[in-house]
Amino acid sequence: MSRQVEVDPQRCIGSGICAGTAPGLFVLDGPRSRPVREEIDGDDELALDAADLCPAMAITVREDGREIAPRD
Amino acid sequence: MTTADTAPLSYPFNTADNLSLSEAYDEARNRPGLLQVRMAYGEPAWLVTRYAEARFVLGDQRFSRALGLERDEPRQSEGSLNSGILSMDPPEHTRLRSLVAKAFTVRQVEKLRPQVKELTGQLLDELEDAGPPADLVDRYALPIPVAVICRMLGVPVEDRPKFRAWSDAALSTSSLTAEEFDANREELRAYMGQLIEEHRRHPQDDLMTALIDARDAGDRLSELELVDLCIGILVAGHETTATQIPNFVLTLLDHPEELARLRERPELMAGAVEELLRFVPLGSGAGQPRYATEDIEVGGTLVRAGTPVLVAVGAANRDALRFSSPGTLDFARTGNQHLGFGHGVHHCLGAPLARLELQEALGALITRFPGLHVAGDVQWKTEMLVRGPRVLPVGW
Repeated sequence: MSRQVEVDPQRCIGSGICAGTAPGLFVLDGPRSRPVREEIDGDDELALDAADLCPAMAITVREDGREIAPRD
Repeated sequence: MTTADTAPLSYPFNTADNLSLSEAYDEARNRPGLLQVRMAYGEPAWLVTRYAEARFVLGDQRFSRALGLERDEPRQSEGSLNSGILSMDPPEHTRLRSLVAKAFTVRQVEKLRPQVKELTGQLLDELEDAGPPADLVDRYALPIPVAVICRMLGVPVEDRPKFRAWSDAALSTSSLTAEEFDANREELRAYMGQLIEEHRRHPQDDLMTALIDARDAGDRLSELELVDLCIGILVAGHETTATQIPNFVLTLLDHPEELARLRERPELMAGAVEELLRFVPLGSGAGQPRYATEDIEVGGTLVRAGTPVLVAVGAANRDALRFSSPGTLDFARTGNQHLGFGHGVHHCLGAPLARLELQEALGALITRFPGLHVAGDVQWKTEMLVRGPRVLPVGW
């Protein structure tokens, strides 16, 4: 099972929260964040945490095409 | 090296009764490596003043806040600041922050704009009725964020005078002894504990009720964490914004051309607030030291594991390597990624709310009063972690 991580560069404000929370998954590329890789292991909950914490709701995590984070 | 070079400099550099950035920061930014500084209490620390290094230290997990709890943290007052969520590292920090992050997203906060707009209108009506000179802090800058955070959290707004005193003391740098400091915190905890009990009995549609549910139904935080999180939101939710509103007004009045431009083109407001957040150094000095968990090189200095680092965001926000003409207030500035709200996991939870409140408060004020001016002596908060007027008499 794999998951896809996406950062919307239009929404991202570069707070650095995701890269600080999940340094293996997100990296700041200049003023904006991007996923280190788009496909991640299905058991990596940190991506979901990062999506929940993003104040701009710029991070989306999908599993089999279905959006699973940010969680409600 | 001589002894004079190696003795830690006394810190903070800024003086409390104005908003200027000490020239000592220019020197610090322009010299290679980091400076060693010493605050009134606690062990000496490295001081970061450049933008790139500030972002690095604030954003890298190898710098810990939690480690400071076991150490003699550099600080301005004797009482030790266990700042709750601000003294935590991931994953504990993530667990607590996840519980409140949803309430403060850009999208969620934007829904509050109409009620903030209405509030600014009402307060300005009252200000006009009272007539000049009027204290902008007490009649405008404080009531806006206090009302908003009270409603959001579920704290009775009438209690403002009570928690005002506690919150003042919590952010005070004055000669409160450690005992006084603790006593104050216990009073505030007792007050919040009581409100939480009331909410338990009578759930409301507010953040406190949601957090109580996260504790009682989800066991996601302890009772003390619940109390301290509510206190943190209440204090952090109003003090800084209430301080920045008069700070920004003073800064605008000091820059009449930029103010005139903003009045002509209200659509510049969002960018103007960002520029003011960059330009105005709120803190008297850096706080919340980060402890290196391993040996790390920062800006040419080897920071040893277990050593604290202070990040002066006000200085980093004026770093010429990152911002062109950093000392100029320019509302047309682009790519303005200032560190006014910090960076990394502790990036201000309330940043979207603060932005909205600042935009609405300033916009309504300068529109209503084209002749806005200072009409009396400004009294400054002289013993607080944040700088700004305690009393700001204005006329119009």
